[in-house]
Amino acid sequence: MKRQYDMLVIGGGPGGALAAKTAADKGLSVCLVEKRPAIGVPVRCAEGIGKELLTDFIPPDPKWIATEIERAELVAPDDFSMLLEPKMAGSEVGYVLDRKVFDRELVWKAAEAGAETYVKARATAPIMRNGAVAGAVIEQHGKTYEVNAKITIAADGIESKFAKWAGIDTTVPLREIETCAQYLMTGIDIDAQMTSFYLGNEVAPAGYVWIFPKGKGLANVGIGIGGGKSGAGHRAKDYLDRFVARKFPNGKSIELIVGGVSVCKPLSCTVADNMLIVGDAARISDPITGGGIYNALYTGRLAAETAIAALEKGDTRKAALMPYDTTWRSSPMGKALERNYAVKEVFVGLSDEKLNAIVHSISKINLEEFSTLTLITELIKANPSLLLELKHLKAFL
Amino acid sequence: MLNIRRDICGYCGACVSVCPEGALELVDAFLTVDTACINCGICEKVCPLGALEVVKE
Repeated sequence: MKRQYDMLVIGGGPGGALAAKTAADKGLSVCLVEKRPAIGVPVRCAEGIGKELLTDFIPPDPKWIATEIERAELVAPDDFSMLLEPKMAGSEVGYVLDRKVFDRELVWKAAEAGAETYVKARATAPIMRNGAVAGAVIEQHGKTYEVNAKITIAADGIESKFAKWAGIDTTVPLREIETCAQYLMTGIDIDAQMTSFYLGNEVAPAGYVWIFPKGKGLANVGIGIGGGKSGAGHRAKDYLDRFVARKFPNGKSIELIVGGVSVCKPLSCTVADNMLIVGDAARISDPITGGGIYNALYTGRLAAETAIAALEKGDTRKAALMPYDTTWRSSPMGKALERNYAVKEVFVGLSDEKLNAIVHSISKINLEEFSTLTLITELIKANPSLLLELKHLKAFL
Repeated sequence: MLNIRRDICGYCGACVSVCPEGALELVDAFLTVDTACINCGICEKVCPLGALEVVKE
């Protein structure tokens, strides 16, 4: 590890990897540190992503695609199921990834582009100079390194501390985190091309249960519940165990995955002097779905592009990095986050009766485009009364 | 004080993100708590596995 780099990236997830690759491609000296001993593990993800969202960053590769998804079902609290299918049957709409392989591939690409990568290397404090971030103290194998950098990218995920140490409040409110548990289950009777989402206050209060297939009889079966609903005897794992006992009594678990997903608004500002915050660390995950892979890839790359331009001009102060913040906020992704936050705020308050009525109103939706927006639009078309509750959403739809 | 049940903890970091004092830290595969902890109990609630308990002294 050298003492000085153009860019220091804290965290080797998709956001950090894209930032490191983008900067290294342009010839910057880049150091990426990952506190875990391996990239991609332990998995902290349900691994689903829309097909068109990935192609922008990396060509699809069977190595890290577990399954191609062709349809989805939304299951009401009373077990009534609504099918969501694209108009053209047989066309896949999404992927369930193998994040262990996917994340490793992304960091490998960053390394190939010229970035230095260090594992089991943890940032323990920012180096602050005149109130600005100037790198980080890195601990690896019992040694401490002072790594100076012109730009630091905080890509340290949901358990992010780096930005907080640098003086930015990143605390997620309890009611705005989804606390999650998931089993990778085998020997279960599922449609391997369909994802399932179960709604309801008994099943998953202020959240949902998902079944994301990873092969024949194999799936991520997981749950997220609102943090405000969690407590002794009624935690994410308790709800998941109840669901699994009812739905897959003979299934076998071969992996337990836990994690938190923020469903709050993103940080009010995602840049500081010499620092950019990306992905989950910036709380840029989707408030409805909890999805964050694309958001991390997109903000990771954008952060690096902004940093490159700033370095060329020799000014990496907050104002010079602001184009990153304003660009992602006004992007389709940023707009979707804003809209989905407002929709989420309404949906988490709905009773099971209301959820039943909404799902019953349509038994099948043929989607032109497989997205949360088209789903919401169709649901509202079939439930004009919803518009009353979503009045303030009209502007978004 | 906050008792961390390492035999239960899945070291996912959900608690770290909601800690208002920044007292929790996920060091690779284990969680630590420092003196900034105010025993507010938010982490105890959020834990998906029930690994954290505020112990009355």
